[in-house]
Amino acid sequence: MTQPSILLEIDQGVALLTLNRPDSLNSFNTEMHQQMREAISQVRKDSKVRVLVITGAGRGFCAGQDLGDRAVAPGQETPDLGESLENNYNPLVRSLRDLPMPVVCAVNGVAAGAGANIALACDITLAARSASFVEVFCKLGLVPDSGGTWTLPRVVGMARAKGIAMLGDKISAKQAEDWGMIWRCVDDEALMDETHEMARHFASQPTKGLALIKRALHASADNSFEQHLNLERDLQRIAGRSEDYQEGAAAFMEKRTPSFKGK
Amino acid sequence: MPNNLLIEGRDSGVQVLTLNRPEALNALNTELLGELSEALDNAEADPEIRAMVLTGSQKAFAAGADVDEMASRDLVGILEDPRVAHWERIARFTKPMIAAINGFALGGGCELAMHADIMIAGENARFGQPEINLGIMPGAGGTQRLVRKVGESLAMHMALTGEPIDAKRALQAGLISEICQPELTLERAIQIGHSIASKAPIAVRLTKESVRKANDMSLADGQRFERHAFTILAGTADRQEGLAAFREKRKPRFTGQ
Repeated sequence: MTQPSILLEIDQGVALLTLNRPDSLNSFNTEMHQQMREAISQVRKDSKVRVLVITGAGRGFCAGQDLGDRAVAPGQETPDLGESLENNYNPLVRSLRDLPMPVVCAVNGVAAGAGANIALACDITLAARSASFVEVFCKLGLVPDSGGTWTLPRVVGMARAKGIAMLGDKISAKQAEDWGMIWRCVDDEALMDETHEMARHFASQPTKGLALIKRALHASADNSFEQHLNLERDLQRIAGRSEDYQEGAAAFMEKRTPSFKGK
Repeated sequence: MPNNLLIEGRDSGVQVLTLNRPEALNALNTELLGELSEALDNAEADPEIRAMVLTGSQKAFAAGADVDEMASRDLVGILEDPRVAHWERIARFTKPMIAAINGFALGGGCELAMHADIMIAGENARFGQPEINLGIMPGAGGTQRLVRKVGESLAMHMALTGEPIDAKRALQAGLISEICQPELTLERAIQIGHSIASKAPIAVRLTKESVRKANDMSLADGQRFERHAFTILAGTADRQEGLAAFREKRKPRFTGQ
C-alpha cells in the first residue's frame, strides 16, 4: 500500500492539508493533483471547516512539478505544458483563492517553481527561517506559472518581481518577509506552533466576514476606486446580514467575548 | 398541485416568480413552462402588478430544458410540442419583466432569460447555448435573440461550440445590463421593478412596446411607431401630472389614466 500524496485531517474547524511526497520534495504528479482536488473539494463541502492550513511533509514544502512525471524526451512531440496548467495548477490556485475561508500556508522548507507560487496564492503565508522561495522557471526556459507573474509584482513591486522571476535566485524566508512576499518568517522549531495557533484563532472567527474580505481584496486588483467603493458597499450589505455580525455587535454592546459561528 | 414556480408579492407593484425545481437545477419541463405562462396570464389581468421579476436559485437560474422529456418526443411529438404555446405566451407579456440570474442560465434557461426586458446577473452567472453538444440546437429563440443581443460573432461562437460565457463577458457583450453580488441580485431586480412600478403605466407599456419594435422593424418604421406611441401619451392625464410635477419640483402621482 503506497502512502497517499495528500493527507487531510479535519479537527475542530481546522483542516490540515499536508503535501505528502517527501521523497520528491512534495513535487506534484498527476495522482497528487487528483488527491489535492478531492481534498479541497472535501474542505469546501464541509460546513464545519473554517480555516485551511497547507504544509509539506519532510524537509521541503513543495518543489513544484515533478519533472520525472512528464515525458519530455528529446526529439518527441513537444508537450503541451498549458494543458497541465489548465487542468491542474490553475484550478488549484483558483480554488485556494476562492475558498470562502482563510487559507494559511506553513512553508516548512524549499518552495520552488509552482510550489512557490502555490504558497503565494494562500491568504497568510508563514515560512520557517530555513525555508526558501525559488522561481526556477527561468532556468528551464519557462515562465513562472500558477499565478506567480501576477502575484509577484503586486506583493514585491515590479523591479523585485523581475529580479526574482528572471534571475531565479533563491529567496530566503527572511528576505521574503522583508520584501512583503509573505506574512511572517518564524524560527524553524516555532513554525508549526505558530501555524496551529493561527489556525485555532481563525476557527473561532467570523468566517463569512473573512471570506468577504478576501473577495474585496482580490477584486481590488481589477477595480477602479469608484467600482471598488460600490463593491465594498455591496459586500458590507451582505456582511451586515450575517449571524456573526449580529453576535459581534451584541457582544460589543454587552462587553463580552463574541461567540462566532462562521455564518 | 404542482409547485414548480413560486409566486410572491404584488402589493408594491412587483411580483416575483421563482423557478423552483432545485433537484433538476430548474430545468424547464412542460409543467413548469405551463405554470409560468399561467402566472403571466394572471399578472397581465391584474392592474396591481406593474413589473415582474423572474429568478431561479443561487446555483441556477435554469440549466436548460428537461432532457428526459425532450428525448421522449419524436418528430411528430416535437411538431405538436405544447411548450411552443407557452414560449409564445411568455414572449407576448406586455408588462416589464426583469430576469435576476445567478448561476447557470443554459439552453432553455438562457432563452428564457432573454425573453425578459432587463437581464441582470450575479457575478457567478454562466450563459450558454450548449444544445449543439447534444446533437440538437436552440429551439426557443436562442439563435435569434442571442444574435440580436450580443452580435453575430459571439452568438455563433456560443451556439456552435456550446461554450458558456461568464457574467463579465455577458455585460461586455450587452446581454445583461448589470452585474451584482449573487446574494444581492434578486434584491436589485426588485429595486429596478419598484422603480418601473413608480412610473406612469401607459408610458411604461408603450415604451416597452416601442423598444421591442426595434428588433422587428426598419429604423424608419420603428421611428414612426415611436412617434405614434409618443403622440398617444399626449392624451394621458399622467403626462400632464409628470410634466407639472417636474416643473413644481415635486414627486409625480401617477394614476394610470
